[in-house]
Amino acid sequence: MEADPIIDVRGLVKTFSVHRKAGRLRRRREDVVAVAGIDLQIERGAMVGYIGPNGAGKSTTIKMFTGILVPTAGHVRVDGLEPSRRRTELAARIGVVFGQRSQLWWDLPLRDSFDLLRHVYRVPAGRHAANLARFADGLDLGPLLEVPVRQLSLGQRMRGELTAALLHDPSILLLDEPTIGLDVISKEAVREFLVAINRELGTTVLLTTHDLTDVERLCERLLIIDHGRVITDGTVAGITAHYGTERTLVVDLVSAAAPLVIEGAQVTQVEGPRQWLRFRRDEVTASELLTRVTALAEVRDISVEEPDIEQIVKAIYRG
Amino acid sequence: MRSALAIWARLVGARVRADWQYRTSFFLFLISQTLIASLDLAVIATIFSQVDELGGWSGVEVALLFGLAGLAFGLADLLISQVELASRHIKEGTFDLFLLRPLPTLLHLSASEFALRRLGRVLQPLVVLAVALVLAPIDWSPAVVVLVPVTLLSGTVIFGSVWVATSSVAFWTVESQEMGNAFTYGGGLAAQYPIDVLGSWLRHLFTFLIPLAFVAYLPAVIMLGRPRPLGLPNAIGWATPMVALACASAARTMWALAVRHYRSTGS
Repeated sequence: MEADPIIDVRGLVKTFSVHRKAGRLRRRREDVVAVAGIDLQIERGAMVGYIGPNGAGKSTTIKMFTGILVPTAGHVRVDGLEPSRRRTELAARIGVVFGQRSQLWWDLPLRDSFDLLRHVYRVPAGRHAANLARFADGLDLGPLLEVPVRQLSLGQRMRGELTAALLHDPSILLLDEPTIGLDVISKEAVREFLVAINRELGTTVLLTTHDLTDVERLCERLLIIDHGRVITDGTVAGITAHYGTERTLVVDLVSAAAPLVIEGAQVTQVEGPRQWLRFRRDEVTASELLTRVTALAEVRDISVEEPDIEQIVKAIYRG
Repeated sequence: MRSALAIWARLVGARVRADWQYRTSFFLFLISQTLIASLDLAVIATIFSQVDELGGWSGVEVALLFGLAGLAFGLADLLISQVELASRHIKEGTFDLFLLRPLPTLLHLSASEFALRRLGRVLQPLVVLAVALVLAPIDWSPAVVVLVPVTLLSGTVIFGSVWVATSSVAFWTVESQEMGNAFTYGGGLAAQYPIDVLGSWLRHLFTFLIPLAFVAYLPAVIMLGRPRPLGLPNAIGWATPMVALACASAARTMWALAVRHYRSTGS
């Protein structure tokens, strides 16, 4: 681990107490553990994907990084500050986009939102103009600046949100579902912009997402959390190599046949003469398997399917 | 402090510009607010069409009370009352956005929910006060001249504190708005009458527990040179700014506790 991580978290715990009905009138207080002891360090300039099923504790952790929520226990430092004690000071150093909650002024032109944020964050006028020009160009916002936010499409609005989060030169950008609900082209524009910002400005980016294409396109590092714990932490390639041991051999037989019975593989799907055989890479090689198949039936064509990150993550959640 | 005020003014300006796009609704609300405020005045006018005095106070004297209390209430309504929307933001999950800015939450919330249409509650008591200051038998001295703006400012702070305090309760129980309104609107109405008309326990309640008597009644007693109630000393009319400071700091503490509670529970 690097000496000076921008996010440094040790033993982070968050429990909520909720009131549940117990009988007609009585209510019982119950502690629900949302984050159950997370340790992680994120180095400056990294781009990290933070994924997990709904209710895994992603948003709760992000809220503790921003100082919105106070941890029940544990140590958190973001850019050297303890978020819960120095919320307003930290606010000036982080940029946040919550995909489903706008932080723009709904009834005013986009430009007015940016101008207000300049005053809220006390950005010098020259710096603001330079940043706005850069982001408006990178996100193609120029023609939208005079349009009231409520008239923007979701994709256009999200580009506005990203600009709003970056105008005060934050050292870290926290994105909660930044591509949710966007069309393919808008998603791509957002991703390209994030890569450029990270590379050119060195902004650390931490994003939660359900869209694993985001992770594949953006992040070197992936943190998978479930039940309030980090269950996997590594590079996307490393996780794929480690967990992605299952392959599928697709064979096109000369004529349709009953599902093949072959040692070391299992037929998962049959479509006419085509059959899908799932096997573990560490138990049998594809060529061995092919030899066993050709012993049983005549093969016209073959291909091997690698698992994508989506399947791997599903397997990890199940695990 | 100065830069905080500047940011407040900018955020308020943005809100007014946004609301200006719905002009018809703005003017309809403004008119209805002015009419509602005038109903309070009509009640007092009706009473004085039947009697010459209310608790020993003449019509113009009650108008002075009405003007002082009404204007303070109207200003607090305009400047602070919108913090009661905290409960809606909590319900909708948007209160988080206020915690993401490098600004105090009260400043941010009161500025971004500012509604200029509430001006209707300010205009009418302003006219009543101006008339009462001319017609009422006020014992004018330099001290009394100072007492008028001091009373208005302090009264605004007292009413504003009641709003902040009742809105704080919403962080624990989101459905507390109605109870809160009993204190805010109920208090606004109560402060417009001389407390002499109230029963003994209510008089003590509004003087010592919920300090509404300080908003208008006690300063008006000094302005009019009337006998002091409840055996209080002469300086009591000047205690209003102290009471306002105490209320403001109590409300601030409650708000801070409420935000801390929110940040530990997230709901």
